[in-house]
Amino acid sequence: MKMNLSNRRGFMKTAAIGTLPLSMVELTFADPQQNFSFAHISDSHIQQIKGTKFVNNWDRGLIRAVAETNLLNPKPDFVVFGGDLAQLGKKEELDHGAEMLAKLNYKTYCVLGEHDYYLDLGAYWSELYGPHYYSWDHKGVHFITLNSILTYDKWTFERWPSDMQRMLEMAGLDNPNGSPFMVGEKQRAWLAKDLAGVDKNTPVVLFSHSPIQKIYKGWNFWTEDAEEVQALLKPFANASVIYGHVHQIQYNQIDNISFNAVMATAWPWPYPASYAQAKSFMPKLTVPMNRANPFFERDATGWQLIDMDNGRAALDYNLYDNTNRTVAYNPKTRQPEDRMFQSPQNRVSPQTHF
Amino acid sequence: MKPKIYGTVVTLFILGLFGVYMLVPTLSADEFTEKDVARWTEEFMSVVDKGRVLWGSGELGKNGVACGQCHPNAANTHPETYPKFQQQLGRVVGFRDMVNWCLQHPLEGDALDINGPEMVALEAYATYERRGVALAPGKH
Ligand SMILES: [Fe+2]
Ligand SMILES: [Fe+2]
Repeated sequence: MKMNLSNRRGFMKTAAIGTLPLSMVELTFADPQQNFSFAHISDSHIQQIKGTKFVNNWDRGLIRAVAETNLLNPKPDFVVFGGDLAQLGKKEELDHGAEMLAKLNYKTYCVLGEHDYYLDLGAYWSELYGPHYYSWDHKGVHFITLNSILTYDKWTFERWPSDMQRMLEMAGLDNPNGSPFMVGEKQRAWLAKDLAGVDKNTPVVLFSHSPIQKIYKGWNFWTEDAEEVQALLKPFANASVIYGHVHQIQYNQIDNISFNAVMATAWPWPYPASYAQAKSFMPKLTVPMNRANPFFERDATGWQLIDMDNGRAALDYNLYDNTNRTVAYNPKTRQPEDRMFQSPQNRVSPQTHF
Repeated sequence: MKPKIYGTVVTLFILGLFGVYMLVPTLSADEFTEKDVARWTEEFMSVVDKGRVLWGSGELGKNGVACGQCHPNAANTHPETYPKFQQQLGRVVGFRDMVNWCLQHPLEGDALDINGPEMVALEAYATYERRGVALAPGKH
């Protein structure tokens, strides 16, 4: 049986609170083919100041994620980058980010974020990374990436006097002139066709930039056609959505679909509940990340090592300047849970956001 | 001799002040109309709006980063908790001190005049986004 980094850490953490270590749970379900790991890095927001000068803080986040991922032993099978490589979609930013990402020693699959897209509608990003949505199979798991940050055509094509204006309007997270993210009809038709050929017992993992669920529209922690996409995943015994954009730990279970958000390498975002003027729908299951300490530049940022355990995802959050977290699918309760903090009596004060 | 002259000057000064006020045709100090309130609110909101623009501006610091990049709707700034002990600065500071810390570090810029119009506008915006939340000075 394959024993990797995550299992070892999981063993230590779960042993401390008296539940079964993952390595023993695995024995019961063992199907070694679907057990492997990959890394997930997201939201580096590489930002040009002028010429060859870029915001150092954001550069450091991505450089560190790449360097640490390269040190993993055993090695992950591949890396996913979850979108928002650039801050304003500029060629200079995408090139600078791509140069840092290219240092990864592994095959890298990229997801498109709104910050990569709304300047030239993903044209330059495509020159670097190819199609905006695609799928592949790996060790018995079917993987998909979608471009989930599209929006209404009227907003994209008719509203703004310049491409840069459009980019800036979408880049402001709280901008009331923004527009809700969506996957759109064309991609949903593609997805339906793509999934038609996949056995319903094959684990399916979908990577998107936006959540494919509705959490808070004001900051686009939201996908307008989330329910339609979820419906396409519904026939599968085992489906996961792993998304970026929110720069924070979130997780949820809707029917058969597990949802997990990843951290940014650039900066953390507040939980929507800390904005006092609006209602939001944070999944109750989520035990939040710690409140960030701004005096530590890399606090509340990080990257993920994701363990596929019989096709179910266990996310090891490698949090710079903070205690690591592990959120893993629990086959008993059939939902993702934090291995350490899920039970209310195990929560710590920094997890309280206000 | 000296104190007496001083006293006289003060008396004359106070009389002078009253004199000026008596000449201005206005209501008494504790009377104001709905129209006044509307104008004051408008004045306040114009400063809030100015603050919102500054909050989203890459020009405030020197690296193009804006406050709103990490703090959409000024969330996670907690103006209601200041003044408070900021463990990393080792003393009790005001909200404006923390704004200046952010300008100097993540934004790699210079501190603003602590009582200048830009700082007042930033504070007005952040506080307005937090309206309705109970004051909690000192809260971490
Ligand atoms: Fe992002
Ligand atoms: Fe994003």
